[in-house]
Amino acid sequence: MSVQNKSGLTLFDKIWEKHIVQKIEDGPSVLYIDTHFIHEVTSPQAFTGLNKRGIKVFRPKQVVATADHNVPTLNQHLPIKEELSRLQVEALIKNCAEHGIELYGLGHPYQGIVHVIGPELGVTQPGMTMVCGDSHTSTHGAFGSIAFGIGTSEVEMVLATQCLLQSKPKLMRINVEGELNKGVVSKDIILYIISLISASGATGYAVEFAGSAIRSLSMEARMTICNMSIEMGARCGLIAPDETTFNYVNGRQFAPKGEEWNKKLAEWKTLFTDADAVFDKEIHINAKDIEPMITYGTNPGMGIGVTKNIPALNEVDAKEKPYYEKSLQYMGLEAGSLMKGKKVDYVFIGSCTNSRIEDLRMVADFVKGKKKADGVEVWIVPGSKQVEAQAQKEGIDKVLADAGFMLRQPGCSACLGMNEDKIPAGKYCISTSNRNFEGRQGPNARTFLASPLTAAVAAITGEVGDVREYLN
Amino acid sequence: MSVIINAEDEKKKSLTTAKFQSERKVIQSAAVPIELENIDTDQIIPARFLKATTRDGFGKNLFRDWRFENDDENKPVKDFALNNKIYSGKILVAGKNFGCGSSREHAAWAIKDYGFDAVVSSFFADIFKNNALNNFLLPVQISDEFLQKIFKAIKEDTNAEIEINLEAQYIKILATGEQEGFEINKYKKTCLLNGYDDIDYLLNIKDKIEAFEKATA
Repeated sequence: MSVQNKSGLTLFDKIWEKHIVQKIEDGPSVLYIDTHFIHEVTSPQAFTGLNKRGIKVFRPKQVVATADHNVPTLNQHLPIKEELSRLQVEALIKNCAEHGIELYGLGHPYQGIVHVIGPELGVTQPGMTMVCGDSHTSTHGAFGSIAFGIGTSEVEMVLATQCLLQSKPKLMRINVEGELNKGVVSKDIILYIISLISASGATGYAVEFAGSAIRSLSMEARMTICNMSIEMGARCGLIAPDETTFNYVNGRQFAPKGEEWNKKLAEWKTLFTDADAVFDKEIHINAKDIEPMITYGTNPGMGIGVTKNIPALNEVDAKEKPYYEKSLQYMGLEAGSLMKGKKVDYVFIGSCTNSRIEDLRMVADFVKGKKKADGVEVWIVPGSKQVEAQAQKEGIDKVLADAGFMLRQPGCSACLGMNEDKIPAGKYCISTSNRNFEGRQGPNARTFLASPLTAAVAAITGEVGDVREYLN
Repeated sequence: MSVIINAEDEKKKSLTTAKFQSERKVIQSAAVPIELENIDTDQIIPARFLKATTRDGFGKNLFRDWRFENDDENKPVKDFALNNKIYSGKILVAGKNFGCGSSREHAAWAIKDYGFDAVVSSFFADIFKNNALNNFLLPVQISDEFLQKIFKAIKEDTNAEIEINLEAQYIKILATGEQEGFEINKYKKTCLLNGYDDIDYLLNIKDKIEAFEKATA
């Protein structure tokens, strides 16, 4: 038989191969990590591990730290009230000081959600390997980098050696072709994809997002898509860098400058999937099939078009029924019923998925001159101090305040039910965050995931609605 | 009150634990079933319990919001598997896509701290699987058919013993003798059997890492 022809390389292959220090026979590879983000929740035990071994951080200049999960989003100038949260943030300050790591903590003009500040500071660049003890590290893949979440033991490994032991994942490409429908934004694309392939549909895969609909997106919008690739189980999500990417990175604080920029740019322009590269799995989606999305259940795969009915019981696979029924019971929803018109109590616009300036602009444009519905509480939480400052500069803060929305201070906020911002038991929250798991936003809180536009509609009307009815 | 921790003692303790686990090439025990799919790490350990700065004590909040009504420790949910006295053992059995969601290693710590040595499912989320292996908690991935057989065996006899043999890579329902092989990469298996961890491995090749940095700079 003929020898197998050498096929082209994927974007993932090109970055992966360049970062292999060593391969272990019948085992993982030693992968070099360019940039390591840390935050207060998943790092303290890693530093304790280093201290026990009596070693220092190997490459402190390649580590960037911020405090985001545990920070309050009001009165950030005051000490953190919750003692355990405060102790965790203080431990981060101490650990960073002891190991010479740059910390953008509370009060720093660069502070914010780790996956918002990396890109906006120009730390995130094409072709890099990046990790963080946080599953939404996949966000940074939007720049054409391999970026993924790790556990605390792995955080310790990277702090100690700037390397990780990793098995190469399988490769999947999801192509979204065509023009997006009116009112459909990148959050809808990713919620649609996850609803199609399920919350475990990409487990074991690195997923490249491609196609004309993806290429037409801004960097902010691309980040939203890669951010949620973990919600279908993907090891990471990535998008080939192009002019949109280069223009975004160029001129940012930590982006390469001058001659170094030219050198890097030439390198970045080689980062694409070769025409003859082969994926383990490929999915084709027509952008026209995507409408504004909403989730009804307790995992991000349980989403539907905002005008559709929640699947009836007889449409659900027998094996999945116990989970499905438990899920709807938790949500207080009936199988077969319509999502449109469901009342909401809270609106949360924020999180590493949708708290960038473009998201805030989108919401402000929509609500300008409108008022929030009675009985609805609306929280807008910018992803970083820089987003907050930009929003103030553009007058977005005033537009939101006039509508009766509360613009809070940067942090993870109500995405995860950890800091002070929690949704009360039994209440419904339409949220631009990434997870609708039971209790995610607080014990017994109920979450509908949606785009910033669909969330804005709910803020104005007090219920789940179709944004297309409000657009000309 | 202050607690003084001697780093040397701690190091010895962690090495002993690893050694002890490594000698457990075979886990034989009854199993606790949670017959649900997509169990995410927010269920395993909710975020509000991640505020500790040590690895200890997470077991008491394992499945916190499924175990207790309205977050009240005095109101256990009676029919939840961890509260139901008919179930016991060192093996947790659950539906597919176990450990999805957040990368929090606290989920693996909580399961281990509660007293489990293995989790059996037909599918694991990637990050959870790595976290489990890094904590000597064995994730055993089996076919959906065999998973159903285990659930059935536990339904018939809640004390049904399961044997997990890491050395020979199989899992067996002792009452019926039915068994199935499971995959684990050779490197990780060696680590588990010998109590090695990845950091030791990486620290030992630091010269190679430095050489790589020079070559790619």
